[in-house]
Amino acid sequence: MLRTDDENPAFLKINALWKAFGDFLALKDISLEVAEGEFVCFLGPSGCGKTTLLRAIAGLDPQTRGTIEQSSRDISNLPPAQRDYGIVFQSYALFPNLSIRRNVAYGLENAGHSRSKIDARVDELLQLVDLPEQGNKYPAQLSGGQQQRIALARAIATKPGLLLLDEPLSALDARVRVSLRHQIKELQRKLGVTTVMVTHDQEEGLSMADRIVVMNHGRIEQVGTPIQIYRDPDTLFVADFIGEMNQVQGVAETADRVRIGEVSFNCQSHGFSPDEKVLATVRPEDIVPIERDHSDQADPADQGVEVHIGDMEFLGSYWKARLDSPRLSGSLNANLSMNAVRRMELSVGSHLQVRLPSDRLKLFANPSAVT
Amino acid sequence: MSKLATELPAGPRVRLVLGSDDWFMRGFIALIVLYLFVALALPLYAMLSKSISTFRMDLTQFQFQVSDETGFFSGDILSADELNAAVGAYSEQELNVGSGGRLSATAFFPDFSFRSPVKYRVRGVDDSAVFLLGSERRTGPSWVELDSNQFRRVVLRPVTSVGLDNFKRYFSTPSLVQSIKNSLFIAAISTVITVLLAFCFAYALNRSCMRFKGVFRLIAMAPILVPSLLPGIALVYLFGNQGLLKAVMAGESIYGPYGIIAGSVFFTFPHAMLIITTALAISDARLYEAALSLRTSRWKTFWTITIPGARYGLISAAFVVFNLVITDFGLPKVIGGQYNVLAVDIYKQVIGQQNFEMGAVVSVVLLIPAMLAFGIDRIVQRRQVALLSARSVVYQPSSSRIFDRFCLLYCSLIAIFILGILGICQFAALVKFWPYDLSLSLRNYAFNRMDGGGWAAYRNSIELAGLTAFFGTVIVFTGAYMVEKTQGFKGGRTLFQFLAMLPMAIPGMVLGLAYIFFFNDPDNPLNFLYGTMAILVLCTVTHFYTVSHLTAVTALKQMDNEFESVNASLKQPFYKLFARVSVPVCLPAILDISIYLFVNAMTTVSAVVFLYSTSTALASVAVLNMDDAGDVAPAAAMGMMIFYTNVAARIVHAGLSRGVLRRTQVWRHH
Ligand SMILES: Nc1ncnc2c1ncn2[C@@H]1O[C@H](COP(=O)(O)OP(=O)(O)O)[C@@H](O)[C@H]1O
Ligand SMILES: [Mg+2]
Repeated sequence: MLRTDDENPAFLKINALWKAFGDFLALKDISLEVAEGEFVCFLGPSGCGKTTLLRAIAGLDPQTRGTIEQSSRDISNLPPAQRDYGIVFQSYALFPNLSIRRNVAYGLENAGHSRSKIDARVDELLQLVDLPEQGNKYPAQLSGGQQQRIALARAIATKPGLLLLDEPLSALDARVRVSLRHQIKELQRKLGVTTVMVTHDQEEGLSMADRIVVMNHGRIEQVGTPIQIYRDPDTLFVADFIGEMNQVQGVAETADRVRIGEVSFNCQSHGFSPDEKVLATVRPEDIVPIERDHSDQADPADQGVEVHIGDMEFLGSYWKARLDSPRLSGSLNANLSMNAVRRMELSVGSHLQVRLPSDRLKLFANPSAVT
Repeated sequence: MSKLATELPAGPRVRLVLGSDDWFMRGFIALIVLYLFVALALPLYAMLSKSISTFRMDLTQFQFQVSDETGFFSGDILSADELNAAVGAYSEQELNVGSGGRLSATAFFPDFSFRSPVKYRVRGVDDSAVFLLGSERRTGPSWVELDSNQFRRVVLRPVTSVGLDNFKRYFSTPSLVQSIKNSLFIAAISTVITVLLAFCFAYALNRSCMRFKGVFRLIAMAPILVPSLLPGIALVYLFGNQGLLKAVMAGESIYGPYGIIAGSVFFTFPHAMLIITTALAISDARLYEAALSLRTSRWKTFWTITIPGARYGLISAAFVVFNLVITDFGLPKVIGGQYNVLAVDIYKQVIGQQNFEMGAVVSVVLLIPAMLAFGIDRIVQRRQVALLSARSVVYQPSSSRIFDRFCLLYCSLIAIFILGILGICQFAALVKFWPYDLSLSLRNYAFNRMDGGGWAAYRNSIELAGLTAFFGTVIVFTGAYMVEKTQGFKGGRTLFQFLAMLPMAIPGMVLGLAYIFFFNDPDNPLNFLYGTMAILVLCTVTHFYTVSHLTAVTALKQMDNEFESVNASLKQPFYKLFARVSVPVCLPAILDISIYLFVNAMTTVSAVVFLYSTSTALASVAVLNMDDAGDVAPAAAMGMMIFYTNVAARIVHAGLSRGVLRRTQVWRHH
């Protein structure tokens, strides 16, 4: 995993960045480091400031406070043309009156390259984005996905040190989006170019990024690998925004115990004081059904709870079940594998025991609790 | 304390180092702002300050001493005031002078002879008193001693003060105030008639399945190609003292409100028709389908869907027409007779009576309704733009025999009216002597034998139109580009946008007069422009700046905003993007701007009538002057020359546009 430390200094270093639009703060105290060759994703709901941060890095809309360093060079107040990056927008922004070749060659001109050298580079780039035959067409003659690949070729033509992508896939239909996801990721790996991509689509972020920066209301909520973000959300917002998460009211007991309804569970150790109201969270796929005739190795009674199935929905590879339990005074969603459902003969109304693994049960402050 | 102030850490705002592109673009904006300042704001300021400058001869300001024949001064001081009271040199009327007022000092001394050995001393009581010694300006309370030959050249000048006296005088002169009522009356009536006629015409084009729609559309646009005074000439031929159809007038005279209103309807018709057509074209077909499915009657559908849907278009058309009529000068000049209107008053005050201050006052009075109409139109247009983006389904009329026939008949009548006006002018231009000798002849085209500038005026007009189209398009489009695409520099851009909208609110007569005040001032370093072709180009570009600017902005707004970002990220200079992408993509709009400027430069009269010189006489002004001099047929001939030139320009424009579209079809439509 790419990490920055003293020997491997950050390629891109953002320090205490703020951005104000009039009285509105779009970015609040953003600090972030990106290592060379890393693929980082800014992920968050629409309007949280992702594009604003990207545009600050690009120098297109400078920050109000704070500094940005790229390759140990302070670029905080350099105009875009003096920075070193290529950029791709959701709208492709291809020049409509220039052929595909001229679009790709656009940044190569005026740099002292010979015509033949430019031609060779354009051929190479068209090959790279897998559109070698389309050079003489115009943008309007290509599909959206093809246009976005051309935009990508144009952005990397000059071999920039940093590639910025602002929702590059959001304007495409679902199928094209998935295939282009892989193409971009592969291209990035092949070129080794440090890449920052903005997206509001968590699946996109999780599948493409080396590291994800989750943002909300102009602040960074959490930075981590996709797995860290998913398995160990730092905040309730991250837990809720990434994937699906059960949230139930509970009351903290000792340092690693929580009471939900009338049942007491072991959970991840927490810093809440006893009797404090909390939210206990567990992902649907982490809830384990206990099969009656085959007793679990660890103390099952400890984490188990009696539930019955209130509703079931077949989702292809698994079942989504709503588990109701009077003892929990609420319900939980669980993903039950096809196997388990068949073996245990589960259907709506079935009673069963489920276990909430202690290392998957995490407590957060209850935002609705009146303190 | 706002939330921002408490949360945002203290410190300086991060500002980007400006690259050479930024400097260039800002410099260019500053340049065009400067241009608009010089060509618009400063002249207007000069005019406004002129309207509140009053001049009064204050004789108590001047004092004299007279010596005896030996040149000895007794020391007696004579006040000019007392002298005047004693000898009655100047009447009260004569003391009420304008800015050019000059009183000879010798008039106070009935015995004065320039050969006498008597000497004179003259001074002002303070520094505000001004007198001239020949052309040399003197002020102040120290005595100036002169022999009688020198004293002959002493001229007293009025004191200038600032105040509303000119306005008081204006509003206490009934003949001038009457013009306000006349102007409002003419504009209101013309507006009602034009909007009604244009609405029906646009409705027929949009909602019927009649034939020849393209031809009707073309004919309806023809009035734009001629000066507004041309219909006046045609109306004189038809209904004037020797008119073919004089009987129709039943004793009423065409010279006056009838003529002005009829001519105004002619020349404002295409403007109203264009606006209303756009408004009708964007109304949503789905509403009509709903009405049909509810079996709503045609009549009710019309009042509940059509009219409300087109309301912004109707209001906007009304204010545009109102503005055009109230600010028009050519038509009432030709056919107004004794019926005075504001725009002609300005001309009469300035050209006829050389009363520049009063001309400025009338200009200010005319500015008020013009600005109001302009402001309301802007607000309404903004609303309509909001509607435009929301609407989607285009209405497809279904054919109905009776309705279509009726529409065809109506449009034919309008077409006959328009073509008739043009046809009469052409016919009158080609006959020997209307209405007595109707044999054909080209002698009315011998412009060189008439007053007005001759064929040179026609060539000047083409030169003016060409230069205006070229420089205007370059300035307007580049300016619009810079102001749309520059980052930051908010103050400069806001100022620019304000100045770019201003010309539309300024009547041509007002602009022209303002130019006189500003450029004819000998202290102005730009004074050398006065009387040249350059000032005509400057004035015309400025006069028609707003519409051109809006056309450019609309085209630029349709381009992806990220082009500039991509360009910068690829380290390319802004002018490369401008030349290789922005200009080619906006070429249709650029051509539209240039033809608009060309046609208007050919037809405009109001601003340039104050500014042309003998070497820069213009065809449109020649029409006015020849008509004024009684050479009506040559005036009609010249007017039609303007028409044909504009038709030719439109054909060239259409050809170019089609060529551009064909060339760009590859990348535009897919
Ligand atoms: N130029 C601007 N002026 C004012 N507010 C802006 C501007 N650009 C963005 N914002 C606001 O800043 C916030 C963040 O915007 P943005 O970074 O575009 O969000 P996203 O995360 O969807 O990319 C939004 O609330 C947006 O309304
Ligand atoms: Mg965004």
